[in-house]
Amino acid sequence: MEQKAKKGRSIISIIKNLRRFRKPSIRAVVPERLFEKCDGCGELVSKSSVEKRLFTCPECDYHFNISAKARMDMLLDEYTVINRLPRFTNPIDFPGYKVKYRENRKKSGLKEGILGVEGYIEGIRLVAVSLDNSFFMGSMGSYIGEEVARAFEYAGKRDLPILVFSTSGGARMQEGIFSLMQMAKTSIAVDRYGETRNLYISCMTHPTTGGVTASFASLGDVILAEPGALIGFAGARVIKETIKGELPKGFQRAEFLRDRGFLDDIVHREHMRDYIHRLLKLHGYRSCRI
Amino acid sequence: MIRELEERLKELEGKEKNLRLLRIKRRRIISKYGSKLIPYDRVQLARHEKRPKAKDFIENIIVEPMFFHGDRLFADDKSIIGGIGYLEDIPVTFIGTNKGRTLEENVKYNFGMPKPEGYRKALRLMKQAEKFNRPIITFIDTPGAYPGVDAEERGQGEAIARNILEMSRLEVPIISVFTGEGGSGGALALSVANRIIMMENSIFSILSPEGFATILWRDGSRYREATEVMKLTSRELYDYNIVDRVIEEDISFSLKDFENNFLRLKRAIVEELDGLMEKTSHELVLERQDKYRKIGGEL
Repeated sequence: MEQKAKKGRSIISIIKNLRRFRKPSIRAVVPERLFEKCDGCGELVSKSSVEKRLFTCPECDYHFNISAKARMDMLLDEYTVINRLPRFTNPIDFPGYKVKYRENRKKSGLKEGILGVEGYIEGIRLVAVSLDNSFFMGSMGSYIGEEVARAFEYAGKRDLPILVFSTSGGARMQEGIFSLMQMAKTSIAVDRYGETRNLYISCMTHPTTGGVTASFASLGDVILAEPGALIGFAGARVIKETIKGELPKGFQRAEFLRDRGFLDDIVHREHMRDYIHRLLKLHGYRSCRI
Repeated sequence: MIRELEERLKELEGKEKNLRLLRIKRRRIISKYGSKLIPYDRVQLARHEKRPKAKDFIENIIVEPMFFHGDRLFADDKSIIGGIGYLEDIPVTFIGTNKGRTLEENVKYNFGMPKPEGYRKALRLMKQAEKFNRPIITFIDTPGAYPGVDAEERGQGEAIARNILEMSRLEVPIISVFTGEGGSGGALALSVANRIIMMENSIFSILSPEGFATILWRDGSRYREATEVMKLTSRELYDYNIVDRVIEEDISFSLKDFENNFLRLKRAIVEELDGLMEKTSHELVLERQDKYRKIGGEL
């Protein structure tokens, strides 16, 4: 089922891939679709300027939610999809899961919440994986766990570096214990990949929580995050209920985590491609172009 | 139903003075209730304040346990206990999640919910077990990892992820026993093992039933309903091949009545360990990693 996607860095293709630009503003008396209200600062910003900046706000640098495909398009020269087609399974026969699954497919236009590819950055070959939170909040069920593990095995076998963008609400509740076990499966895949002495770059994007934070996303050789991304294990609401108090300012944001020693760096989306390229070069990966 | 059963037993104990008759009548009542238990009852049993806690399991199974403290990084997490002792005549490292019986104890032990320093303490002890070639036995009874500001600040997610990865590659046999509650990544972070044994009335789930109901239905009070669909009982998990062994239990509400259960468990651990100790360190890691690699892969 391998499908080719051609060099996709043109603005048009990025626009095509933009799915979630949030709900239209109430204030929007302006011609529809020219301006958008930023979720970060609340300003009305022109869509074209946001798009030019790879979907970040020109006023406050808020990073808009983007699809896995949009991410690959903006990051890679070209790529080939390596995922297998997902087939619906209901491992604990959870009532209503199938209907919910179908709804999510319809709503998101996706088959599942992950995209794994083999591609190039400035000619350097690599495997890249991105979760997509428009499908079931990017929650990790058996399929996602399996595809993450396979991507690591694929990269390990071919001596390629791997880059993983996570965004996830955590475990897929409807798959019960099988979902929990994907934490072990993916962590073991990271461990085995590590034996090949290849580079694993993990980049956490907004939001990365629960079982994904507590497995492969926290196990990168280099761990990055996008500015302002919410990253944590427990959900803010649960914590509030437990401590019966308010949460500190900036709690569970990328900057908060970096200052406490859990991130190597925070990288603006506009600099991501360059940053990763430099990392790859420093680890001895070379362009295949002559 | 569990409360009803408890009351009937208490009533019987007050009435029946003949010890032999008492025992017979007790058994009759328990077996009558035991055959009708629904998952919700199992959850009640798993969490029952009179159920032996991990420390009781350790003290009844490990000979002369020595308890050690601290993660050497930050603190000593009281919700994790661990150390070394003998399993029959084999030196082993044991780890347990510590729950209390009274509110006071529970506050001290943080209701059995570890913080990052707890997971790091467990990992430190497990790494040392590997160094001295000791098998590891973990006893799990936790609602999950602690959801608090300080825990997040010190990297709860990282601590769990690290434990999972490191446990998967330890070159000594690991056996995990679920004694009561096994909730979420917080339980998984101590149970990446060669063999998983569940006490019949223990549970293992992706999240507490309350948390599950809150996330799925935005209504934590529907937790009873959640227990019906979560597949969290030992038998269900055994059927899914997640768990290797279930230890049949005599339902009991005191340490004394639990004796036979301890005995059965001990026998099972020794038996499993005998088999595992014949394997090379390479085989142990490979077998353990392969087991998890396969779960949920048959798509």
